Amino acid sequence: MNKYMERLYNGVVKENPIFIMMLGMCPTLAVTTSALNGAGMGLSTTAVLVAANVLISALRKFIPDKVRMPSYIVVVASLVTIVQLLLQAYIPSVNEALGIYIPLIVVNCIIFGRVEAYAAKNTVGLAMFDGIGMGLGFTVALILIGAFRELLGAGTLFGYGIMPEAFEPITIFVQAPGAFLVLALLTALQNKLQLPSATNGSRKKSDLACGGNCANCSSETYAAFHNDLDKAKEIAATVEKNAKKAKKED
Amino acid sequence: MNSEYFVKLLLILISAAFVNNVILSQFLGICSFVGISNKIKTATGMGFAVIFVITVASAIASLIYKAILYPLELDYLKTIVFIMVIACLVQFVEMVIKKFSPSLYNALGVYLPLITTNCAVLGVALINVDKEFDLLTSIINGFGTAIGFTIAIVLMAGIRERLEYNDITKSFKGSPIVLITATLMAMAFYGFAGLV
Repeated sequence: MNKYMERLYNGVVKENPIFIMMLGMCPTLAVTTSALNGAGMGLSTTAVLVAANVLISALRKFIPDKVRMPSYIVVVASLVTIVQLLLQAYIPSVNEALGIYIPLIVVNCIIFGRVEAYAAKNTVGLAMFDGIGMGLGFTVALILIGAFRELLGAGTLFGYGIMPEAFEPITIFVQAPGAFLVLALLTALQNKLQLPSATNGSRKKSDLACGGNCANCSSETYAAFHNDLDKAKEIAATVEKNAKKAKKED
Repeated sequence: MNSEYFVKLLLILISAAFVNNVILSQFLGICSFVGISNKIKTATGMGFAVIFVITVASAIASLIYKAILYPLELDYLKTIVFIMVIACLVQFVEMVIKKFSPSLYNALGVYLPLITTNCAVLGVALINVDKEFDLLTSIINGFGTAIGFTIAIVLMAGIRERLEYNDITKSFKGSPIVLITATLMAMAFYGFAGLV
């Protein structure tokens, strides 16, 4: 397997952004009401991810380290706008169905994670294949979750009715609570079978942003800030103590 | 301000906080919802920081859209402009609070950097533009959405504090039980659907 194929395998199987890395949970929960919606979201994100990886990788020697985050934001936001305008023009039905979640691709952890952890350090070709692999992994996972929810919740698959007449759709699966339920069952299954996943800590920390776990990211940042705050308080207390001591000695 | 407009604002506030709850029915801000809901105290702090930032951000974003982007026919730039404005705004708010109110900074400061990546902030700004809300309606909608976020995260933290003493099946320990709790909360919030 050459290194380009390895990138594709890595993105789809070994470090699948949803099933293993648990990244980008907001769109995963929101748009997987049907397999088709999942496919639309996955492919839009793939387009943005590939283009962002290629552009950032090509510009990696020109972007100063200090302003790299704002530069990434501008590049990614421009690409998302382009994708949104293209969808509006050519596939308005998908744009309608995904609505606000298309512009929100900007804040999807997968994009920043890959750009920061991979594209900014590797050549254009590798970064492109990394984007394709990760994007495909995301798309496949969204289609699978979407198909599961659509099948149980509406009795259809990609809009075609394939369940027998007697099947009564369990509507809750295509509604908001169903999204949480499916994800809960998925993570419970991963725990039970001890599959590698960011949520059960069995996968070792990657060099990705936040160690590859979206949900942990905020709590880790939070803990780090609290440590800083405690340290600052301690320093302030010692300074005060010393000042008092000095006064007494006077 | 006539009474009809006031009633409309009240309905938008309630529907943003309960009916279209930002976490439980729109799935925005799941990261901080799962990440910081272990203790009621931290969840409340996060909630107040989010209320503050989303309300200010929806006001500024709405102003920029109405005063600059729309008249100049640059509305297709809204995603880029909004995300930059929000990132700068959070930094700016953090600096201002640090300088003028250290006690407020100790209470909210740690949460502010987390909010930049919270998709709820950008989401609300975009929804305000999509629904063509005026300035006051945008602020009310932002405030309501943030109230909804705070209610959901504090409730979740309360449940999780009690969950710690329960004997949970091994496979469901950790994130699965949190997501199951979220499922039940989302079902409960479904009851608000007929409210507006």
